[in-house]
Amino acid sequence: MGGSILGNRVLRKEDPKFLTVGGKYVDDLLDESLLAGALHVTYARSTVAHGNIRSIDTSDAASMPGIVAVFTGADLGLTPQPATFNPMVARSALAMDKVRYVGEPIVAIISETREQGEDAAEMVIVDYDILEALTDIEKALTSSIHIYESCGSNAVFDTTALGMPDNTGDAFFEGCEVVVKQRVLNQRVAPCPLEVRGAAVAWVDGRLYQWLSTQHAQGARDSIAAANGLEASQVRVITPDVGGGFGAKIGSYPEEQLLGRLSKEVGKPLRWRETRSESMMALGHGRAQVQYLTIGGTRDGHVTAYQMHVLQDCGAWFDMGAILAPFMTRPMSSGVYAIPKIECRTTSVITNTTPVVAYRGAGRPEATAAIERAMDLFAAEIGMDAAEVRRKNLIPKFDEPHTTVIGQTYDVGDYEVALDKALTAANYKDLRAEQARRRSAVDVKQLGIGVSVYVEITGGVPPMGETAKVEITDDGRAVVYTGTSPHGQGHATAWSMLTSEQTGIPMDNIELVWGDTDLVPSGGGTMGSRSLQQGGVAVFKVAGQVVDKAKAVAARLLEANEEDIVLDRDRGAFHVAGTPAVAKTWAELAVASKAEGGLKHEEMHSVSGATFPFGAHVSVVEVDTETGKVSLLKQIACDDAGKVLNPLLLDGQIHGGVAQGAAQALLEEVRYDADGNPVTSNLADYAFISAAEMPDIQVVHMETPTFVNPLGVKGIGESGTIGSTPAVQSAVVDALAHLGIRHIDMPCTPMRVWEALHGRK
Amino acid sequence: MIPAPFDYKRASSAAEAISIVSQYGDDAKFLAGGHSLLPLMKLRLAQPAVLVDIARVNDLSYIRDAGDHIAIGALTRHTELERSSLLQQHIPLLSHAASHVGDPQVRHRGTLGGSIAHADPASDLPATTLALGATYVAQGPNGTRQIAASDFYKGFLESALSADEMLTEIRVPKMDGAGWSFQKFNRRAQDWAIVGVAAWRKGSNAGVALVNMGSTPILASSVNQAIAQGASVEDAARLASSEAEPQDDMNASADYRRHLASVLVRRALEQSSR
Ligand SMILES: Cc1cc2nc3c(=O)[nH]c(=O)nc-3n(C[C@H](O)[C@H](O)[C@H](O)COP(=O)(O)OP(=O)(O)OC[C@H]3O[C@@H](n4cnc5c(N)ncnc54)[C@H](O)[C@@H]3O)c2cc1C
Repeated sequence: MGGSILGNRVLRKEDPKFLTVGGKYVDDLLDESLLAGALHVTYARSTVAHGNIRSIDTSDAASMPGIVAVFTGADLGLTPQPATFNPMVARSALAMDKVRYVGEPIVAIISETREQGEDAAEMVIVDYDILEALTDIEKALTSSIHIYESCGSNAVFDTTALGMPDNTGDAFFEGCEVVVKQRVLNQRVAPCPLEVRGAAVAWVDGRLYQWLSTQHAQGARDSIAAANGLEASQVRVITPDVGGGFGAKIGSYPEEQLLGRLSKEVGKPLRWRETRSESMMALGHGRAQVQYLTIGGTRDGHVTAYQMHVLQDCGAWFDMGAILAPFMTRPMSSGVYAIPKIECRTTSVITNTTPVVAYRGAGRPEATAAIERAMDLFAAEIGMDAAEVRRKNLIPKFDEPHTTVIGQTYDVGDYEVALDKALTAANYKDLRAEQARRRSAVDVKQLGIGVSVYVEITGGVPPMGETAKVEITDDGRAVVYTGTSPHGQGHATAWSMLTSEQTGIPMDNIELVWGDTDLVPSGGGTMGSRSLQQGGVAVFKVAGQVVDKAKAVAARLLEANEEDIVLDRDRGAFHVAGTPAVAKTWAELAVASKAEGGLKHEEMHSVSGATFPFGAHVSVVEVDTETGKVSLLKQIACDDAGKVLNPLLLDGQIHGGVAQGAAQALLEEVRYDADGNPVTSNLADYAFISAAEMPDIQVVHMETPTFVNPLGVKGIGESGTIGSTPAVQSAVVDALAHLGIRHIDMPCTPMRVWEALHGRK
Repeated sequence: MIPAPFDYKRASSAAEAISIVSQYGDDAKFLAGGHSLLPLMKLRLAQPAVLVDIARVNDLSYIRDAGDHIAIGALTRHTELERSSLLQQHIPLLSHAASHVGDPQVRHRGTLGGSIAHADPASDLPATTLALGATYVAQGPNGTRQIAASDFYKGFLESALSADEMLTEIRVPKMDGAGWSFQKFNRRAQDWAIVGVAAWRKGSNAGVALVNMGSTPILASSVNQAIAQGASVEDAARLASSEAEPQDDMNASADYRRHLASVLVRRALEQSSR
């Protein structure tokens, strides 16, 4: 009897393809017969950040070679559509009277080749009345110019309007021995999936087929159907390989929703793929908060009150980003700490920038960054070690649900152990000694050590469950249908492990089907680190249910009682307990089940709630005090995601998360010039991190199972990003703490660090 | 991200390339490695009507010992500079600087001639050859001429070459055992320099040039003179920006650039003086 496959470092079965022939992405569907003769779509986009459109002249563009059709919003009869969470905010899929950010689509061009479309886009003439560009969130908040006039304000969503209490100002800190305030920027970043957005459409027997690079085909199907006035059943979304999403491909975009309509107009299938420059301007951005923090407590290190006002930059549309601050940041404001009094108000503000969406971590990294920064400031003020202050305030270990003062309930937590494990792995004491040595030697290169402890929410948004279907083929293989949507994580491997564990069918004989809404009509996609705890759990349960069904069939064939049938997982065969010689294979049982419609089961499995992974990170940096340059030397990551299904996949998520998290701390920032033009719209200007900037990442093992699901698993997709960013930022500040520096905003670029040093008295 | 339409011609010799380019005048451009020209074309900042591809003019790809100097064909790739044992022996500064250009893909495509002809102040090799006192050889419809590196750079992306002149050879004096240093200060390993310094020193002779400290590569003549007059490294480095006119950009203010230049020149001279 072999042991369980679960928990093993199983190699990714999807990799041979990716490493040899490569993935097949939307833009690679060249031999798809339904797309034969497809034309290309190019969108002419706004070149101004804020302006009223006086006129749009497409005549020159229409007469360019290879141009089949050119459409404005008026040509298509488009009308403004209200945003889900604030109907006063409304826009049309193509801008008609007003543009609100550089990159907003205005005109759709259909051409024979993609190149012709790009040439014609240059010939579209849009005449604007230019309005002041409000790219700065604090300016937009107080400006009398309103980007959506009907709202009467650029602040379009506020926790006080939702009935949550307002902050009470300094009075809240009465009785505190120490109070520290800081304005903190959690800058706007770009998700930068290596595969940009892309789609293709064809009308097939009156149904719209749309191939789409997405994280959630079923959601896209519904919004594409709605945008085209169709029933969901009239739309089929098919997801080819997806080269990354990081949250920015959860929702579907106007450029994608228009394609069906455009295809109908020209009577041909269509392909659309944005360029990198377009992607940097029109694929959603992330983070983008300004936080006003106040923390108060006792001189001996107890935090007694914490207050935060978050300004969430929505960008120029009320997208998912707008609701992150109230529903993801605010609930997590207490972090891992037992803080007796917390106030948190959030205000979401429209600006003339790219709309903000749910980027890796989506609201929780911002909450963690805020409380961790506040803890550091508090520690510095009272002259206590950063790790020690944290330890003093941690919520003690709990294995029953714990509710923080702000009202969020966590499942299980053991924060002090995570902190200790990370500190031990980092040799924290030795690091502090080396730091002291360099300080007293006045070395040019100073050492900085940053500590963060975090908790986050995963699987926290509906649907709180997932559908799975497992079907046994006549030759004894298993086909697994899942409503989750892999785009790099390794679902094919993970779901095969879960199925193999239950059925004994070898990994190689298990196939995963996902992202095609005709084959998998319901599903919640992959986002918010939900896949394993909901989709994986569903697959595990359904595979078990198929085993039960198979036992019934075997009982019939073997003329035995169902309870006496056992599955020999090593052989993948069923027999009566005690008589292994007479056995029925999966293939035989599948064939025998034909009359009843085959051997399969499908079910939606719900979970009772979200899970709350936690952990601790330690970062070690070296700061060149002459130039301001920061080198990240080491990252120690203790991320507890509950039971681990496959440590290899876990490590991969942590590595990628740390890379993106460190990149936010040190390198990445979307920036605009004074007129609202993006100045970081390619990967040369936008400082996407590379392998050369990455340190050694030491992953420290910790498993605290949750009771929320039968596998005891939590999410790991975002943890690395959440824990790493504040630790890296904190390490930079710590390297310079002896010089009186308390805070440097992210990204801690050489110039920012130098300015901090230079501006010091 | 898609260039405007253009015609493409491939030349098999310098003479052929020059004759094609002279037919079209300013509308034509030589295409070498394409790693400066094509990005500009993709962003539609450059829209030449004709590209004359010289990348396969193989007889212009060489690194030869020419006595007091090393002669390098204009189409020699950065990788070849990086790996050349002849350069490592006689002009290690150039070989080393080449190893810091972009990433391996860029170094396999980009050419020394292209880098110099493009005259980008942020490029590493124009400043390096300037520090080393190189001479560039240009061939035009009326024959060849030699241009000293110090006379070559005229303005932002502007050089002494006329539209129908092609760089054919770069002659770099041997370093004769001089100490040297290349300081490239950037955000990420594969990035362009925010500020860079190429330096060599032998006794009281020094050559220091700056990357990205103005509209052209800058020869830090005041530094070089100060060293010649016996100034200390510290004092000489304070003069780093005397000839520079740095700009503000996303990564650095002009002030910060001046500060970086003095730190990096000091470090470069310290390393060269060892
Ligand atoms: C991602 C990336 C990163 C880079 N990073 C760096 C870096 O860190 N440091 C750095 O120095 N460079 C960097 N480069 C630029 C690279 O070094 C280029 O290869 C080089 O600057 C130009 O050489 P090329 O052969 O590609 O020239 P091309 O792009 O082919 O040509 C450039 C210009 O020179 C002209 N030209 C080319 N050859 C000749 C000739 N023989 N005679 C006359 N005119 C000629 C062309 O007409 C054109 O105007 C980078 C490029 C990229 C794409």
